[in-house]
Amino acid sequence: MENFTPWTSLAGGALVGLAATLLLVFNGRIAGISGILAGAMLPRDGGRGWRLAFVAGVIVGSAAMFAGRPALFAVTHGRSLGAIALAGVLVGVGVRMGGGCTSGHGVCGTSRLSPRSLVATLTFVFTGALTVFVVRTLGGA
Amino acid sequence: MRGVVAFLAGAIFAVGLALGGMAQPSKIVGFLDFFGNWDPSLLFVMAGAVGVHACAYWLVARRRRFPLLETKLHLPSTTAITPKLVVGAALFGVGWGLGGYCPGPGIAAAPSLAPEALVFLVAMCGSILVHDVWQRARDQRKETP
Repeated sequence: MENFTPWTSLAGGALVGLAATLLLVFNGRIAGISGILAGAMLPRDGGRGWRLAFVAGVIVGSAAMFAGRPALFAVTHGRSLGAIALAGVLVGVGVRMGGGCTSGHGVCGTSRLSPRSLVATLTFVFTGALTVFVVRTLGGA
Repeated sequence: MRGVVAFLAGAIFAVGLALGGMAQPSKIVGFLDFFGNWDPSLLFVMAGAVGVHACAYWLVARRRRFPLLETKLHLPSTTAITPKLVVGAALFGVGWGLGGYCPGPGIAAAPSLAPEALVFLVAMCGSILVHDVWQRARDQRKETP
C-alpha cells in the first residue's frame, strides 16, 4: 500500500461531490461524464451548450492542475498503447450501453441509492478487478 | 448562466479528480488489484464524493424538487435492471482495468499530452460516436416501419 493517499483522495473526492452538487442544485442535471461527453459530441434533448461548457471546464481545471502539479498526471502502469486503445473502445461502448460510468452511476446514482447504479457499480468494479488480475497473471498488456 | 455553472462544476470536478490521484492510471489499477498491492485511494475518493453528494441530494435537491436555474430535476427515469445495463457495465469495467482510465479522468488527463491519455481519449470518443450513431439509426428504423 505504499502509494496510498487517503487524505488528498478524500479531499479530491469531496470536490467531485461538490461539483456534482452544483450541477444538480443549479441546473438540475446529473454529473455523468459519459452522458455529458456523448451529448457534447452528438447534440440531443436538453441542449448541447451546458455539456460543452462542462467539458471545457474539465479541460481548463485539469490543465491548471497539470501546470501546478504534473506528478498527479504521471503514467506508470506500463500498459502498451495498443492495450490502451482497446480499453478506450471498450469503455466507450460499455458506458453508452450501461448508461453511465464511475461518475453517473458510481457517484451520483450511488448517492441517490439507485438500484440500477448500484448494480452497474458492483459490476464494473468486479470485471475491472478481474481484468487487472488476468493482466497481472499473464504478465502485462 | 447555466453554462457558467456547468463550466465551474467541470473545473472543480477536474481539480478534484486530479487531486484525488484519479488522473494517474496506476492508482486505478492499484485500486482494482485486490489480490496484489492494493491501493484503497479510489475508495476514499468515492467516500468523499458520495458523502458530499448524498447529503446534498437527500437534504437539499430532493426537498426543493426544483433546481435554481431550471424548471425541474432531470433525473434518470428508467429503473429496470436490464441485461444491457449489466453487459455495458461489465465491458466498461474490462476497459477500465485494462487502460486505467474512466471517462472523467480520460478527459482530465488529456491536457498532460501523455500519449496514453490521448490514445485513450480518441479511442473512447470514437467508440461513443459509433455506438450512438448506430443506436440512433436503429431507433429511427423502429419508429418508421
